[in-house]
Amino acid sequence: MSSVGTAARPATEAPRTDGGGRRGPAAPSRKLLWFALPALAFYGFAVVVPTLRGGALAFTDWDGLSPDYNVVGFDNFARIFSSDSSLEALTMTLIFAFAITVLQNAVGLLLAVGLHTGLKTRNVLRVVFFAPVVITPVVVAYLWKFMLTPDGAVNGLLAAVGLGALRQSWLGDPTWAAVSVVMIVVWQHAGYSMVIYLAGLQSISPEVIEAAAVDGAGAWRRFWSVTWPLLATATTINVMLTLIGGFKMFTEVYVLTGGGPGGATETLSTLLYKSAFQFDQFGYGIALALVLAVIVAVFSVAQYRLSNRQAVS
Amino acid sequence: MFRYTKGVFAREVVMLLAALVFVLPVYILVNLSLRPANDASSPLRPVTAPTFSNYVAAWEQAGLAGALLNSAIVTGVSVVLIVVISSMAAYPLARITSKLSSTVFWLVLAGMLIPFQVALIPLYQTMRDVGLLGSLWALVILYAGMQVPFSIFLYTGFLRTIPREYEEAASIDGAGALRTFRSVIFPLLRPVTGTVVILNAITVWNDFLVPLLYLSGTARQTVTVALYAFVGQYVSNWPIVFAGLVISILPVLVVYFLLQRRIISGFAGGLKG
Repeated sequence: MSSVGTAARPATEAPRTDGGGRRGPAAPSRKLLWFALPALAFYGFAVVVPTLRGGALAFTDWDGLSPDYNVVGFDNFARIFSSDSSLEALTMTLIFAFAITVLQNAVGLLLAVGLHTGLKTRNVLRVVFFAPVVITPVVVAYLWKFMLTPDGAVNGLLAAVGLGALRQSWLGDPTWAAVSVVMIVVWQHAGYSMVIYLAGLQSISPEVIEAAAVDGAGAWRRFWSVTWPLLATATTINVMLTLIGGFKMFTEVYVLTGGGPGGATETLSTLLYKSAFQFDQFGYGIALALVLAVIVAVFSVAQYRLSNRQAVS
Repeated sequence: MFRYTKGVFAREVVMLLAALVFVLPVYILVNLSLRPANDASSPLRPVTAPTFSNYVAAWEQAGLAGALLNSAIVTGVSVVLIVVISSMAAYPLARITSKLSSTVFWLVLAGMLIPFQVALIPLYQTMRDVGLLGSLWALVILYAGMQVPFSIFLYTGFLRTIPREYEEAASIDGAGALRTFRSVIFPLLRPVTGTVVILNAITVWNDFLVPLLYLSGTARQTVTVALYAFVGQYVSNWPIVFAGLVISILPVLVVYFLLQRRIISGFAGGLKG
């Protein structure tokens, strides 16, 4: 079960026993809230204050260096939704996130179902499939960048197995560069989705599946009618993780393609980095970040409500 | 109950082939890093005359010794700080049922939704103004702030499953709040502390964007940024680059293989609190 909802529920149902001079099987005194102050100080300094300031600076033309700036209202946002480069980055961000979500969940689910029962090599394979998740993304990006060069290992391998016709200038072609980014991200994180699906599969009692088998349902039918609906929670968690991760993705694109060729793989994350730190347009960069923040927030809330509804029904 | 049938065997073979897709790139990585510069054969062919000269070159030219040390310091200090402040904060937030307490809790959780890119740019200016730009402390402070919501979320979820009788016993014995926390609560939190340590350590060690921004232009680098600068210089000499990559992921992989069961369940369970 997803306890994202359960764990996060404030403990309002517990009887209030603090205050009023009563002691005993009680909540600790309210004074104990000072325990939270150190964490709140770091959180406030590094997240809350800069986020609020960012929200305000998005409406200015600040260059990040000079002490002065002008309030420009919604100009930065108007520019985002009128210029080709930012609209393409916005589209690419959505395409990347959705493509990664679909593919990574499909691969993760296949791996999990494949591993779930009976294999002698189950534990070894689980460790192997998960290993890329902990490897530094910069390293993964460089490794694949080398393998995808025109005379790299991927083309070499294709030629060796008689598929030489499929050889590409992977990162030199706009479409294939985008495909490569998606494949690499999926390669790195599929093991994460797999682990969550495996946990979901383990929570399904074998009797349910057996009952369906006794009723004459074939393997395919058993999966779609019994197993898949019971994996709803795992799927929700996975979709949420991959979507948000996909929206925020920076390192993979920045290292692998730098947003190229010709801006074909530029996302909001890489564009906002470049705007702020290479083109000295802090205000515009923060406006881009805010657009990204809104997208992430909308999808997170939608997912959260969806998963809560599932948990209730 | 479960028999090893032909079907299962076929599935096992398919899964082993799938594993090749995951193993092959890593094999190529290691294979190439051991290869002399003049060896231009296919990256798939096992190296015939392995050499460690690439490792020596990468170690010296990428400044990896200093970078590894910096990454270790940043990761270690950040994780300890995150564990201390998050577990402390979670204690009253999980136990006190007042309105103030639950408001604070939800405000902290909201932080999990905010993409940190919004804060990244204004914070850059603040760090510059207080003179922390280029210092490892900037990273530590930033990671502590950024990782607090998720860590508090994990700790409070776990704390609510712990009965209060333990603390009561301690308070009857006359222990103050801080001592009760230190000697009774914190030890009980050990399982979730493990999860918090693992998830945060991997996040911090692997992070690229934050050190790229906050340390750029200084001699102080973490591993990821050192690699980025190094590859920029040696992009045509892949064996040396790959040796550098291997060195940088070795600590992570060693820890991963030693603690794989714990790490995988940390990732899978991290969400469930």
